[in-house]
Amino acid sequence: MKNLKKVTKQQLFLPIFCLFLVLLVNLFKDPSFFGISINNGVLYGRIIDVLNRGSEIAILAVGQTLVVAVSAGTDISVGSVMSLAACGTCMVLAGFGVNTTSTIQVPLIIGILFGVALGGLCGAFNGALVAKLKIQPMVATLILYTAARAIGLLFCNNQITYIRYEPYKYLGNFLPGCPIPTPIFVTIAVIIVVMLFLKKTALGTYIQSVGINSRAAKIAGLNSDMICFMCYLICGICAGMAGMVASSRIYCADSNNIGLNYELDAILAVALGGNSLGGGRFNMTGSIIGAYTIQAITTTLLAMGVSTDQAPVVKAIIVILIVVVQSPVFKSWLGKRQAKRLALSKEAA
Amino acid sequence: MENDELITMRDITKTFPGVIALDHAQLTLRKGEIHALMGENGAGKSTIIKCLTGVYDRDSGEVHMEGVEGNINCHSTEDAQKIGIATVYQEVNLCPNLTVAENLFIGREPRTKAGFIDWKQMNRNAKKVMDGLEISIDVTQTLENYSIAIQQMVAIARAVDRDCRALILDEPTSSLDDKEVEKLFRVMRQLRDKGVGIIFVTHFLEQVYEVCDRITVMRNGAFVGEYTVAELPRVKLVAAMLGKDFDDLAAIKNETMASADGEVLLVCDGMSHKGTIKPFNFKIRKGEVVGITGLLGSGRSEMVRCIYGADKSQSGKETMKGEELKIKAPIDSIRKGMGYLPDDRKADGCIGDLSVRENIILALQARQGMFHTIPRAKQNEIADEFIRELSIKTPSRETALKQLSGGNQQKVIIARWLATHPDLLILDEPTRGIDIGTKTEIQKMILKLAGEGMSVIFISSEIEEMLRTCSRMCVMRDGEKVGEIDHELTQENVMKAIAGGDN
Repeated sequence: MKNLKKVTKQQLFLPIFCLFLVLLVNLFKDPSFFGISINNGVLYGRIIDVLNRGSEIAILAVGQTLVVAVSAGTDISVGSVMSLAACGTCMVLAGFGVNTTSTIQVPLIIGILFGVALGGLCGAFNGALVAKLKIQPMVATLILYTAARAIGLLFCNNQITYIRYEPYKYLGNFLPGCPIPTPIFVTIAVIIVVMLFLKKTALGTYIQSVGINSRAAKIAGLNSDMICFMCYLICGICAGMAGMVASSRIYCADSNNIGLNYELDAILAVALGGNSLGGGRFNMTGSIIGAYTIQAITTTLLAMGVSTDQAPVVKAIIVILIVVVQSPVFKSWLGKRQAKRLALSKEAA
Repeated sequence: MENDELITMRDITKTFPGVIALDHAQLTLRKGEIHALMGENGAGKSTIIKCLTGVYDRDSGEVHMEGVEGNINCHSTEDAQKIGIATVYQEVNLCPNLTVAENLFIGREPRTKAGFIDWKQMNRNAKKVMDGLEISIDVTQTLENYSIAIQQMVAIARAVDRDCRALILDEPTSSLDDKEVEKLFRVMRQLRDKGVGIIFVTHFLEQVYEVCDRITVMRNGAFVGEYTVAELPRVKLVAAMLGKDFDDLAAIKNETMASADGEVLLVCDGMSHKGTIKPFNFKIRKGEVVGITGLLGSGRSEMVRCIYGADKSQSGKETMKGEELKIKAPIDSIRKGMGYLPDDRKADGCIGDLSVRENIILALQARQGMFHTIPRAKQNEIADEFIRELSIKTPSRETALKQLSGGNQQKVIIARWLATHPDLLILDEPTRGIDIGTKTEIQKMILKLAGEGMSVIFISSEIEEMLRTCSRMCVMRDGEKVGEIDHELTQENVMKAIAGGDN
């Protein structure tokens, strides 16, 4: 009993438990959910789907976690920034005004770096507004939330630019001869880079200090504004990366649809990960598990034949349940109930 | 019994969980007088006022007001306003985005026959009210266009216009400059002449003697005495506030003899920060412990914040070890070898959710820079060393700081600075709110550090503590450094210096 309590007290317990619960439902409903097969030399299966399709949300969640931790606010522009980054890359690769192309104007790597850099630029813009001008994060990022998609459309001359160049599809689909979808590798790479950066530098401690008490952090010698700025920058870069993956999947820059509503999933992933949206202490692993939980729910619903129109309703109900279970009010209520029961059983004895 | 008594409060007791905030306190306000309510922090000034105005419900005691039947028991500020008790707080609680007139008449706007707001009438009335206080401003402008002083006048005007007979001013002058204070005093005197009783809470002694008729002194939630201004000279007032009767003052032996001829470490020349501290000069030698004394709000914290760079100095220059400092942010002063323990531990010191270890290494890590992470083993070593050395009581070095008691939190923050091995350590109220044993430990530690060659600037509300540790004291009054005492450091001398003036 004591050991069990120790386990349930861990911050990561609930996120893992939630993911486990979603998977359990699948196990009973349709065990084929876990089946993995190889068709045409690549892996197929719902689980692979979850890992593959969840990549963008996971990458976004990494950046969003830092933003939430440092500023107790959210970056709601990430979905739009994804789209802008995709449009930027396609414009550079295809040339401005070109509708569809099978040859690229600049090396692929330059195009992708350009897209990621655009994401970084957006992050820097958000960061400057929040850290330097002290604008509320929600309001500051609302600017790019509305503007970024429109700028992307301008880049692409108001049309969908198709890049019918085979290597461009690698990032969002499969590398030749590799059975595992590339986005999984991209996500792992992003996570490892950010985790290493947090672990090897003092940034993790800095971010939490600023998020918990920025006045005290400043007096202890931290440059609170700079640290806040950096988190938004990293978040922007993550959004750029996610945009690359999303664009490569459909080998085009569909400004209106890439990353649509992804900001909400990213924020939700952070919350599901057991992180307080009030900032401060954060747990990156929790956010990443949260991201895949969301994707698992989506995939499960699709597998059960819930139509895409109705899926959000079911998703919302599940999310409400998870969030309520994780809320401090619910936890303290549960604690009180347990204490009462304990007292009653003692009385009875 | 004098028959001009307006409000009498007797035997007021108020307890909060674990604390007796008011212990049979009393207060008498007469018609047409300005009555100062004095006391150190935590003496119960705010509490007794809040009991009067209905913010708190008192536990026991009686409140009577002239013209009101029986024992008054206000449950809200609205109740208090109905019987004519109005309060103006330090922070103006009006709406800055509304006009002066709107602020004056909000909730009781004059109406036209059709039921719409009669703007012309309202502006006319507003003008009349403000003119009545001899303040001519455009009442159709939004409040934010005016200085804090004017905003405060508007708040007072609003209170007075609602037939107030007793006006409570809770530290109204702390954010005003001299001229604005003068304006406020003129209004106060006018109201007094009209027969309004005014309770004036302030930390500034000068102002008490300038404008008040009577003084009530409180200490530790209890009534100490009521005096007329004439019968209570400054020194006696300070003695009453601090709870030291002059005759009882035992000379405290100075245990420390710091090097008065050591090399000079830090020189401040004409540094200042607008609105908080007037230009000051300051010098400290290696291994010296210098105290900064003065009443709360006298500018002692502001002075060290300015030296450290927590508030950027706007004039003068600062030289450390012969090198002129350019301090833009605290990190610059940390790099030059300063450490600063802020007086507001919770707001400026603790990072509550971080562990004891992280809190201890924070400043050292900040100085080293983000890319030179202190290895975990080294962090543990540093944390363990200080936990042992300062005997910090914590379950483990990974416990969140907020779970520790106040005194132990303070020790952790001290450890944070000791870990950087500073040349100059600034301690602002390091012993506030912590138990006697820890206090003594901290005092001993200061002497030990000074013995090892560290210079320490020490601020404390407890004069004995400073007498024991400091070899020299700077005296602050009303945001200004008014003098230094470097010989004959006795309680009497220090209190005289704090009180200032000739009487």
